Parts: sequence; structure tokens; C-alpha cells
Amino acid sequence: MKTVFEFSKGMLPEETTYCPGCTHGISHRLIMEVLEEKGLLGETIGVAPIGCSIMAHHYMNVDMCESTHGRAPAIATGIRRVQPDKIIFTYQGDGDLASIGTGEIVHAAHRGEKFTTFFINNAIYGMTGGQMAPTSLIGQKTTTTIDGRKQEVSGKPIRMAELLATIDGAVFVERVSLHSPANVRKAKKAIQKAIEVQEKRLGFSFVEILSTCPTNWGYNPVKALEWLKDNMIPYYPLGNLKCPGEVK
Amino acid sequence: MSEKVLMKGNEAFAEAAIRSGCRYYFGYPITPQNEITEYMSRELGKAGGSFVQAESEIAAISMAYGGAVAGGKVFISSSSPGIALMQEGFSFICSTEIPLVILNVSRGGPGVGSIQPGQADYYQATRGGGNGDYHLFVFAPSSIQEAVDIMPKAFQIAEEYRNPVMILADGVLGQMMEPIILPEPIPAVKNEDIPKIKPWALTGTKEARPHNVIKSLYLKPEELEDRILEIDRKYQKAKKELVRYETIGLEDAEIVFVAYGSTARITEEAIDLLAEEGVKAGLIRPVSLWPFPYEAFDQIPGTVKAVVSVELSRGQMMDDVKIGCSGRFPISLSSRVGGILITPPEIAADAKEALGVKK
Repeated sequence: MKTVFEFSKGMLPEETTYCPGCTHGISHRLIMEVLEEKGLLGETIGVAPIGCSIMAHHYMNVDMCESTHGRAPAIATGIRRVQPDKIIFTYQGDGDLASIGTGEIVHAAHRGEKFTTFFINNAIYGMTGGQMAPTSLIGQKTTTTIDGRKQEVSGKPIRMAELLATIDGAVFVERVSLHSPANVRKAKKAIQKAIEVQEKRLGFSFVEILSTCPTNWGYNPVKALEWLKDNMIPYYPLGNLKCPGEVK
Repeated sequence: MSEKVLMKGNEAFAEAAIRSGCRYYFGYPITPQNEITEYMSRELGKAGGSFVQAESEIAAISMAYGGAVAGGKVFISSSSPGIALMQEGFSFICSTEIPLVILNVSRGGPGVGSIQPGQADYYQATRGGGNGDYHLFVFAPSSIQEAVDIMPKAFQIAEEYRNPVMILADGVLGQMMEPIILPEPIPAVKNEDIPKIKPWALTGTKEARPHNVIKSLYLKPEELEDRILEIDRKYQKAKKELVRYETIGLEDAEIVFVAYGSTARITEEAIDLLAEEGVKAGLIRPVSLWPFPYEAFDQIPGTVKAVVSVELSRGQMMDDVKIGCSGRFPISLSSRVGGILITPPEIAADAKEALGVKK
């Protein structure tokens, strides 16, 4: 009989603590599938952030460490110096990467660090209970913007992929989304390319993954996917911003 | 045996770290310790290691954690305000039980303070500015020779205990030159040997072992309590094994000074001045500031009339002196701050005041 579906060896047989409809599980699995397909699970070191996905190491079957808030790119920089032959990634949310960790991500990109960052943008602080993130949309209601985010108070949401794409050391930058099966497949392709960029040591690679937070958005899982598609994608356009010729 | 060389403190610290097998250093410029960062940028590559100039002290300590979780022997240095920024990392690294050697070439504070020498980081070093139940092991050399002698031991202790060790120097030691004998070089650990030496390190599973996880978060209170108690057992062991101090002339002393680092050397001169005037003074020089050598105070004879804490801070070490004395002696402070070094005559005058000798 032909096997049509298998669990990835990259995922440990654990039930996740993520909320129903949260897309962390999809991101985790896509990254682990890519590493498994490339035969890299035993050669990979991951850095988990502060946020819901600090638990990522419960599920991802690769060597991993936790990080202080926002510092994962600096930690990965240190790991890279000691382990020059490994595949290294950071997995970071938008509070972690786009707020408290802006210095670390910008300078890791600037140095052209040879690792990959997976940036989970769900436009809110999840683990702390739904506060405004730098990526929250104008008008988006959060526990710290109960009347909706206002530009005159908090500025407009920050577009990290576009920001990092201006930096020479960031050689691969792409934004993908997980709101439909077709987009999940595209996300996997971007992850494959980002890892290939790292395998070839071409520079820093970055994949922004538009994700859902049904619990803190206050939507059911299906409505959350729709909200992502209808509200986030118009502000955070999908697609590749930068890709070196070697992996095209 | 290495020959005697004349070296500036900061460069000697850096060279001693490399000779202790350190191959990874992450630094951010701050005075008065820049020579260390510059030395490492020049020399570490030649030794087969890596240097990164970080974008901040917060990034530097995070890089140090990264290098150390991957199994590298890592050294990091800064000065007072920079060390303040690293406290997040210190607490985290203690919680994850990662070895690291930290050097603070301390300067005047609080705030930006000054770039002149100071000892006002005593609380910061021994009590910790980070959150939670943790300790750094802190050693305070009083000469460049002692600092370079401590360096290989600091790495050894950090790795044995899996806890950061801080060497607390000050701007005097960093900037002065002294003839020293450097430690014999220890060969660097080869990358292929890391999994054997540090089986906990993140080196990739090779799909041949369960994945290694280095973690700090424990959401279940019972699990976190177990962790804290487990780490505390190391601290209790350290209190038995890591106490270091020197004493001078306690037996027949009328007055006893307590001083560490470069201030201890100045205090020795004050002892000579007092001797000329017929006042017998002794010295307790703590070398380990955490664990503090409280037991040294048991050696103070009951006939001593006063104990004086000599420090370039406003009585921070005096708290530990009080614990050590347990109310047996009157305690006073002899101090200059703001980047000013105290002089032997000032210390001698403070001693006479403590003894009630009218001048």
C-alpha cells in the first residue's frame, strides 16, 4: 500500500499547547518537514523566542535552546561562531522580533549572519494576552488599544520584511501566509529556499509568516483565517523581496 | 615556565583568557576596558577563534550565551554600565547552567558616572542586578598577576559548576602596567570533542541521540522549585569550596582593615604608615567576593578595637563585613568615590578616628 501521509520525524509525538486554530503548528511542521527532506534534522540547532512558541522545543526534534526576549538573533550569532557547519534558525514572534528585539534582528541581518529567521507575524502579543504589537493593524482592537490602534498614538504597523530587505546582508527575504492550503505550500517553498541560502552560506535569510491568533483576535479558527486574508495581506503584501541568483 | 613580561592589565587579561583555552569573545566598546576588546579582535582569529563586535552589551551577553550553549569556551568583558545591561543575560545564563567567564573592569557610578576607577559595583556583582535566585562566583584580584593567575581557574570553575564566574577588576588594574608571568597555554577544545566533554551542548543530534534542550522556563511551580533548589545546592557547595582570602597581621592587631582589589594594595601602605606611629593594623583581603570569606572574621582576636571597611564605594562591602563581624567589633567606613583613589594617609587617618586617637 502506498503511504500518502506520515508524521515528520522532525516533530516529536507531543500534543501542542497552542490554541485551536493557531498556525504555530503549521509553521513548526513546515520547517521540520523541510529539514527532514534535506536530511538536516541531525545537523540543526534552533533558538526559541519569548512568547507562545518558547515551547517550540517541546515539539521540534532538533537541538534547541530558549532565548531571552528578542535576543535570539544574537544567540544564533554566538552559536554560529562555535558551530560553523550546522544549520541554525531562530523562530520569533512579532513582539519578540519587531519590538524588543529590533536591534538584534537588524544587526544580525546587517552582519549577513549565516542563519535563517522564521518570523511569525500574527499582529498581536499572544502569550501575554493580546496586547498591541508593533505589527497590529490600524483600528485593530487589542487589550492595550481597546478602541482600536490609532496611527497618531502608536504609528503605523511595522513591515519587517521590507525593512530588512533594505539591508545588504539580508540576501533572502520573503513574506508568506498560512491562510489557505495553496499558501501553506508556497510557505514551504520559501522555507526550502531560505534553508538553501543558508546551506550555501550566502547570507542572512528571513521568512515572514503571516499567522493567526484566534484566541486574542476573538475569532473562531475559520474566521481568523479570513481576517488574516482580508486585513493583513492588503497591508503586508505576500511575495519574495530578495533572493540570490544561486537559489532561484 | 613562561618568562616575565611587562603588560597593561587589560591586554594581560585578554591574553590570559586566550591561554586559558578561550576561543570566543563578544564585546562592545566601553572605557576603561577597550584594550581587551581590541586585543581580542586582533589575536583571537590568530588563535583559531572568533571575535564579534556586538551592537550592544545586551547583544554581547546573548552572543556569549549562544557560543557557550554550542559548547564554546567563552569570555566576555565590559565595564560597570555595560555590565548593568548584561544582567538579563547573567540571570538567564545562571538559570540555564551555562559556563562563562565575565570580566568587569569597573568604573565610577551611578549612571554614566565616570571613566575613572571605582568599586561601586560590589552589590551588582555579589547580589546580582538580574531577577531571581542566582549568584555569580566573583573573584577580585588585587594585581595583574593575580588576575591572570585566576583566569584559567575561573574557566575551570565555570565549567565544573556550569555557572558564570565574574572577575571583578577595576580601572586601576585595567590601565596600569606590571611585570607578570602569564599562565601556560591550555590547548583549545576541538569541535569534535565538544559532545564528549559537554554532552548537554547544542551540537546537532546527528539523529543518534534525543535532542538537547537548554531551557529557563518552568511553568509548573513544583518543577521550578526543584530547579532552584538544585541550582542552590551548587551555591551551597561553592560556599564550602570557593572561598578565597588573605590575611595580614591579624594576631596582634589593634585595628583590622577589610579591603579588596587595588584598594587592598593601598591599604597595605596605610598599615605601614600606622606601624611607624606604633599602631598595629591587620588586613583581611577577600579574593572571593561571592562566596564572601565570612570565616576569615573568626580569626580576628577579641582584643581588636575596630574594623574598617576600605572601599571605593559607600559601604557596600561593609554589609558583608558586618555579617562577618557578627556584632563583635565596631565597624566604620574608609572610602573615596567618584573615581578618586583613596590614599594611605586618608586610610590611616580614618583608622585613628575609629580608634579614637586624637591627632
